[in-house]
Amino acid sequence: MADKIVLQIARYAPERDQAPSFQSFEVPLRKEWVVLDALNYIKDKVDGTLTYRWSCRMGICGSCGMMVNGEPKLTCATFLSSYGNNAKVRVEPLRYFPVVRDLVTALSDFLVKLQKVKPWLIRKDQPPLSEGEFLQTPEQLDLYKQFSMCINCMLCYAACPVAGLDQEFVGPAALALAQRYNLDNRDQGSAERLAMLAHPDGIWGCTFVGECTRVCPKHVDPAGAIQQYKLRAALDWVKSFILPRGHEDTHQEAAHD
Amino acid sequence: MTETITDQAARTEFHPRWYRERVSTWWWLGEWHYLKFILRELSSISVAWFVGLTLFQLRALSHGPETYARFTDRLQSPVMLALNAIAFCFVLFHAITWFNLAPRAMPVRMGGKRVPEFLVAAPNYALWIVVSAFVGWLLLRTP
Amino acid sequence: MIEQSTTKPSNEAFFWLLFSAGGVVAAILIPIQLFLFGLAFPLGWLPQPSYEHLMTLVRSPLVRLYLFVMCALPLFHCAHRFRFTLYDGLQVKHLNEVIFAFCYGGALLGTVLAGYLLWRI
Repeated sequence: MADKIVLQIARYAPERDQAPSFQSFEVPLRKEWVVLDALNYIKDKVDGTLTYRWSCRMGICGSCGMMVNGEPKLTCATFLSSYGNNAKVRVEPLRYFPVVRDLVTALSDFLVKLQKVKPWLIRKDQPPLSEGEFLQTPEQLDLYKQFSMCINCMLCYAACPVAGLDQEFVGPAALALAQRYNLDNRDQGSAERLAMLAHPDGIWGCTFVGECTRVCPKHVDPAGAIQQYKLRAALDWVKSFILPRGHEDTHQEAAHD
Repeated sequence: MTETITDQAARTEFHPRWYRERVSTWWWLGEWHYLKFILRELSSISVAWFVGLTLFQLRALSHGPETYARFTDRLQSPVMLALNAIAFCFVLFHAITWFNLAPRAMPVRMGGKRVPEFLVAAPNYALWIVVSAFVGWLLLRTP
Repeated sequence: MIEQSTTKPSNEAFFWLLFSAGGVVAAILIPIQLFLFGLAFPLGWLPQPSYEHLMTLVRSPLVRLYLFVMCALPLFHCAHRFRFTLYDGLQVKHLNEVIFAFCYGGALLGTVLAGYLLWRI
């Protein structure tokens, strides 16, 4: 008798339902299977209408984030066997996001917030090509590398109570990405981002719950990024009193040597 | 306007109705990690309690030895002892979570590599112990 | 949504700095004093300092400054933390101004009281 596991999956069809409900599926428990494999099995063999997002199935695209037994997880990285034989595994769409259908959530809010933090290199001057590439030492790379690992899976938003309670809160991933660019010595846009984010819906909305860091599959530590950003913003605020007239952002080192 | 894309989309006539669950007032009871966070935040009440206690203590001191003796007697009542024991636990909880989390706001780099967090937290603990020992000595020494 | 045109950093930074300073002071200075006066002395684990000894200590300006800092900064730390707990815990963010006044006003009151008591002692 092959091992089995039961998945209780949230179903929601807007043309038919007012609210989500759970549907149970029995799935073979293969040793190497992850939750995503179970979902694919169900869609393949049991119910083709099951709707969910996935892509790379190896933890780098960030598409398959869902709540598994109440925890935000990448379903391609969560092994069924860790729940034990004959266990019930509850699969729901990512928390704190609007549900479009079944396990698919609407991400437009996040994308707007992401754009607002300007996650790209901002330059005040554009050196001519003849000067060559921007050079960066391993130490300079190390300053921001951790925050660059974000795959935009949004598990951190599903974990952050502030993101759930306050729709306007920019949120962990976006703030960590802003900090990734602030710390990149090729970037000259810290002041521009700070003007946007030193705001009650930006960094000051964060209360350092720390859940975002705990659930992040890429160990980005967005909570740490935000606290560092707060310190920087606070020092900047102090400076704005000591040098009130257009204090220049002096954090940038020359990117060329 | 502060409309988000989500709001606009939900109101379009031919757009599917998205389901949005309202976050319960008791969201913080739903998970141990959330509860731990709220307890950490509520430790601030114990800190305020201690400051209040200190203010009463200062007032009692300024009113003379009899008033102060009455104050210390009141501290021996079971209710006050229980409240202070609870407050002490919360204050300890605050101190430990504070020292453990503070390094996250200030990454220390030496020789191009990041110093591990417990090494950054350690001087805080050391300072705590030294200051506490000094205060204890000041209060307990018989001049 | 976040306004595009702010150039001056928000004043939240000020309250966060107070919160941080208060947190450090509370973490380092409060436990020992609460332990001694709240538990060790009343329970007789350690001998109570005499009234005269305490008064000698408290009359020193350094000790008064120490006590003032120990009272004032943690009060603002509590105010900040409690304010955000009310926002997130009870979801009463729409009472923003009332909560703000209650929390920081309370902290200010406590600070003034501490200053007065320490001045008069």
